Amino acid sequence: MTEFFQSSLGMGWGWLVANLILILLIALPVMLSVAIVIYFDRKIWASMALRRGPNVVGPFGILQSFADALKVFLQETIIPSGANKGLFLIAPIITFTVALLSWAVIPFDQDMVLADINVGLLYIFAVSSLGVYGVMIAGWASNSKYPFFSALRAAAQMISYEVSIGFIIITVVMFTGSFNLNAIVEAQRGHGLGFINWYGFNLLLFPMAVMFLISSLAETARAPFDLTEAESELVAGYQTEYSSMAFALFWLGEYANVLLMCTLNALLFWGGWLPPVDWAPLYAIPGIFWLIFKISAFFFIFSWVKATVPRYRYDQLMRLGWKVFLPISLLWVFLVSGYLMLTRYGV
Amino acid sequence: MIQIFAFYLFASVVIASGAFTILARNPVHSVLWLILAFFNAAGLMILIGAEFIAMLLVIVYVGAVAVLFLFVVMMLDIDFAELRAGFMKNLPLGIALAAVLLAEMIFGIGAWQAGNIALGEHALNPARMGASNIEAVGELLYTRYIFLFEAAGLVLLVAMVGAIVLTHRKRAGVRPQNIASQVRRRPEEATRNTQPTVGEGVEL
Repeated sequence: MTEFFQSSLGMGWGWLVANLILILLIALPVMLSVAIVIYFDRKIWASMALRRGPNVVGPFGILQSFADALKVFLQETIIPSGANKGLFLIAPIITFTVALLSWAVIPFDQDMVLADINVGLLYIFAVSSLGVYGVMIAGWASNSKYPFFSALRAAAQMISYEVSIGFIIITVVMFTGSFNLNAIVEAQRGHGLGFINWYGFNLLLFPMAVMFLISSLAETARAPFDLTEAESELVAGYQTEYSSMAFALFWLGEYANVLLMCTLNALLFWGGWLPPVDWAPLYAIPGIFWLIFKISAFFFIFSWVKATVPRYRYDQLMRLGWKVFLPISLLWVFLVSGYLMLTRYGV
Repeated sequence: MIQIFAFYLFASVVIASGAFTILARNPVHSVLWLILAFFNAAGLMILIGAEFIAMLLVIVYVGAVAVLFLFVVMMLDIDFAELRAGFMKNLPLGIALAAVLLAEMIFGIGAWQAGNIALGEHALNPARMGASNIEAVGELLYTRYIFLFEAAGLVLLVAMVGAIVLTHRKRAGVRPQNIASQVRRRPEEATRNTQPTVGEGVEL
C-alpha cells in the first residue's frame, strides 16, 4: 500500500498518507474491540456473580458500551476549582495516547505490522512505562486527597513490576536472539518437541509465562492489583474528580492496555499468530484469527481473575513484586543463559 | 525532508522544555518539562540511528528515574514566597556557575575547531557494519569494555547496598506478616468444636 501511494503522490506524501491510513486501520479496530471487550468483561463478571449483566441495549445488551460512550460524550466536563487545569485535562489524553502507541509494533500476522523495528519489544516496554504518567498527573492535578494517594500507589506499583517484567522479557529475548516481535513469534515455530508452537511449552519458560501473566495484571492495575482505584479505600482513585469524556478516556486507555497485555502474553509465550501445533491444515486459518483467539482467551483469564480473586493489600503487593518475582526472574535469567550456553553455543 | 522537519521539531522542543524546566514556578511542572525534554532527546537519538540508546533513555530516565523524581517532588510542600526569597541569595553562585559553563563551552568548541587529539595508540573498534544497534553495543560492551562494564556494575551494586544500609532500620514492636506460617496453619490448631450445655457457656 505504501508503494501505491508513493507512486501516485510522491515519496514523502505517499508515505505519510499510507501510514496515516494504516494507523487508522489499527487504532479504530482496537477501539472497537475495547468497546466489545468492556461488554464481555461485564458479562463474564456478572455470570460469575450469578447476575445477568448488561442485557437491555441491543440484542443481549451488546450495544451497552456504545450507549455508555454516547452518554459520557453528552455529559458536562467538570473541572474542580482547585485543580491544576492544564495538567488535569492533559492526564487522560496521555493515558489514552500511550495506550494506543504500543500497537504500532504488534505483529497481527506474518509481516502484518505497522513498524517492524528491531527493538520492538524494548519499544513496548518503553511506552508501557509511560502509562504511569497519566495516572500520576491525574492524581496530582486533581488537588484532592484520594486521587493523590492513588497516584503515589500507582508510581510505586508500576516501577516494582516493570523490573520483573524486564527480566522475564530478557529470558524470552535470549531464547530468540532478537527484540523483534516478528522474530520472537517466528522462533516459536516448532519450539516444543518439534511441533508445538509455544514458548510456554518449554519447561524452562513456563514459570516465566505464569509470572508474566501475573505481572501484566499488576502492570495494568487490574484486580487483584487494582490498588490505584481501590473503591473501598480511595473512592475511585485517580479518576475520582473526573467526569464525562475525560473519564471515558481513562476507561478506554485502561482497557486498551489490558488488551495490549493480553496480546503480549500471546506473542511472547503462546505463539502469537501461529496455530498451536505446527500442522499444515491449521495454517489454512489466517494468523490474525489465531492471535485474536489467544487474546480473547487471555482476556477471559483477566476477567476471571477480576471476578474471583480478592484485592491484595499494599504491602503484600510490594512483597510479591520485590521479594518473590524479582529474585525468581533474576535467577531464571541465569538459568536460561546457562542452559543456552550449554545447548546452543557450547561452553 | 521529513528528517529535517523531525530534527527541528525535536531539537526546538528539547530546548524549549529545557528552558521551561528552570523557568517554571512550580517544581512539579519543572519535572514534567524535564520529562518532555528527555522524551524529545530520545527522538533525536532515533534520528541519528541509535534506536537502542533512545529506548534505554525512555525506559530508564522517563520510565523510572523521572517517575521517582515526580514521586518525591509531588509530595513537597511548596512555599512560593520562600522560593523567590532564595533567588537573590543564590544569584551570585548561579552566575558563577553559568560563567564556568560558558567558558567550558567556548573551550570545547575551540578545541573541536582545532581538530581532535589522538587518544592513545588503539583506535576505537568500529562497530560491525550492518549489525543492529543492540548487537553492535553488545559486541563492544562484552569484549573490549568488559572490565569497565563490570566495574560500573560493581559501583552500582555498592551504591545500592549503601542505600539499603543507610535507610534500613530494625524497628521494635512491629509484627510483620509471616505468610509461610499463615499458610502452614491448619484448622485443627485454630478452631475447636464444642457441645456446650445450656446455661454453662464455654471456656475461652
